[in-house]
Amino acid sequence: MSLAVAPPVADARLRLGLRAGLGIFVLLLGIMPLLNLLPVTHPLHVSDFLVSVTGKWICYAILALSLDLAWGYAGILSLGHGAFFALGGYAMGMHLMRLIGPRGVYGHPVLPDFMVFLGYQELPWYWLGFDSFPFAMLMVLLVPGMLALIVGFLSFRSRITGVYLSILTQAMTFALMLAFFRNDMGFGGNNGFTDFKELLGFALNTSAARAGLFYASLVALVLSFLICLRLTRSKYGRVLTAIRDAESRVRFLGYNTTSHKLFAFVLSAMLAGLAGALYVPQVGIINPGEFSPANSIEAVIWVAVGGRGTLVGAVLGAFTVNGLKTWLTSAAPDLWLFVLGALFVAVTLFLPKGLIGLIKGRVQ
Amino acid sequence: MSEGRRLYLDGVSVVFDGFRALNNLSLIVEPGELRSVIGPNGAGKTTMMDVITGKTRPTAGKVLFGETDLTRMDEAGIANLGIGRKFQKPTMFDALTVFENLELALKAPRGPIACLRWKLNGEARTRIEQTMAEIGLTERAQDLAGILSHGQRQWLEIGMLLMQDPELLLVDEPVAGMTDSETEHTAALLVRIAGRRSVVVVEHDLEFVRALGRRVTVLCDGSVLSEGSIDHVQNDQRVIEVYLGR
Ligand SMILES: Nc1ncnc2c1ncn2[C@@H]1O[C@H](COP(=O)(O)OP(=O)(O)OP(=O)(O)O)[C@@H](O)[C@H]1O
Ligand SMILES: [Mg+2]
Repeated sequence: MSLAVAPPVADARLRLGLRAGLGIFVLLLGIMPLLNLLPVTHPLHVSDFLVSVTGKWICYAILALSLDLAWGYAGILSLGHGAFFALGGYAMGMHLMRLIGPRGVYGHPVLPDFMVFLGYQELPWYWLGFDSFPFAMLMVLLVPGMLALIVGFLSFRSRITGVYLSILTQAMTFALMLAFFRNDMGFGGNNGFTDFKELLGFALNTSAARAGLFYASLVALVLSFLICLRLTRSKYGRVLTAIRDAESRVRFLGYNTTSHKLFAFVLSAMLAGLAGALYVPQVGIINPGEFSPANSIEAVIWVAVGGRGTLVGAVLGAFTVNGLKTWLTSAAPDLWLFVLGALFVAVTLFLPKGLIGLIKGRVQ
Repeated sequence: MSEGRRLYLDGVSVVFDGFRALNNLSLIVEPGELRSVIGPNGAGKTTMMDVITGKTRPTAGKVLFGETDLTRMDEAGIANLGIGRKFQKPTMFDALTVFENLELALKAPRGPIACLRWKLNGEARTRIEQTMAEIGLTERAQDLAGILSHGQRQWLEIGMLLMQDPELLLVDEPVAGMTDSETEHTAALLVRIAGRRSVVVVEHDLEFVRALGRRVTVLCDGSVLSEGSIDHVQNDQRVIEVYLGR
């Protein structure tokens, strides 16, 4: 007697179809910067705007994946993932600020403009090392990771779950926003960081740099997807879903659920930080607004719309909702928040499994 | 193992808002013993299991597993000592298949990294397949646990308990929802396990308890009312009054 561990055929086919769809989608994204090089008159030309906005969406898709790992698989509904994204963004921003060097308005050889303006005599200790790219990249992962470790440890150990955990994470991002608004924090207050010049020796205002960042983001998205896939397809992934559905039962099987949730939460925060770090040089600015609670909630809506608990769903949701947002904010800017709210209500009521659920329903 | 005590409850009390669910309960289970626990609804049978497995902290008393004091440990720690539990209301992971539920329960390192690196080897697969054959769910291996019938869920949870390979099995009402032949099968299974392992079974079905044929403890109002063979307790006047004669 041999047992096929494969899921039913229809399911496997569907999964294959979705993966293939995603592969084609990534390929299409991959040729966008190339099509951008075609003359403007060419029918296949892709505008600068579309390339840069798509680059942003790719970062959002990474954020959506990270949130899906925490929420869709481990059941940790974080309403503060924007904070991890923003911290990664700030770490990258600090690196970019250090690279400006003497090219700032005040021409100070080391201090960023805002520090000169605020009368700093020397660089605060926590800015040291950020002139090094590898160090900054390490911080992009470590700072969000450490915050997630602390917040996660304290709350998971005390068995704070559900709504309470959501409120706690929301409070976390709100508190960080208020902190980063303060000038004396040394992060540029409400102006944040901007006027970046270069990264890894490439001037940021060139189309080559833009394409480079675009491809870096795309590679990061694919890698994040593969990491999440590896995780969720393993026994560890099944432990996470078991924790999501019946945490106390998992404990009675001898699993220390705190460490399992912590592992997922920290990894998720690191992916969110990576997304933020790729986002900042593309948009050219980072300020405390990135910590706004609304940002974190929007990310939850992307995942809900796409279909939580499926990786393809998270990516799909990020692109769909942000595509809609970009279109609507130019077509009817006042409508966007209402549409977003309505979308969330509609998905919660009619599409609990999101767009992926809809597609699955069609196929079966 | 200390002088033939696998599990030792000593004067355990549990008070919920002034209500005594367990009242100075003492109980000794020996290594390899199969013990049946019966008693009217609300007698405290499930609460006793809650106390042993760390779900509920006793208000007073000691709970020793061998030499280890369980009252200071959390659920996962207790489970890893070798105490497995089947719940009164079968609980498992509905979004996972029968096979996956058993795989999660299978005794193996429990940390995140270990789970991440876990590979289903031939030995583990064989054990899972044997268990599925034992619990009659071989055909349902790839079905989600959520679509099983109540009786099948009972079986699956018994299977999960077997996969954990515990020293002490706490089995809360295993045959509710089972057919007569399934009930017989369960009795035979538990009898077979006992001897190598200690087993505590809570059950209302007296035919089943008789089929187990071992020592019976009658709980009432949170403490032991009577203890002995099934014939002994069935003829005990106090037991007839509060439980059997209803
Ligand atoms: N968490 C709790 N809070 C308050 N009261 C509780 C709690 N758990 C159990 N009880 C009460 O303790 C008493 C014993 O309950 P328990 O579930 O142990 O009984 P039982 O012997 O398993 O009964 P049954 O045969 O119905 O399963 C009941 O009166 C129950 O209402
Ligand atoms: Mg009970």
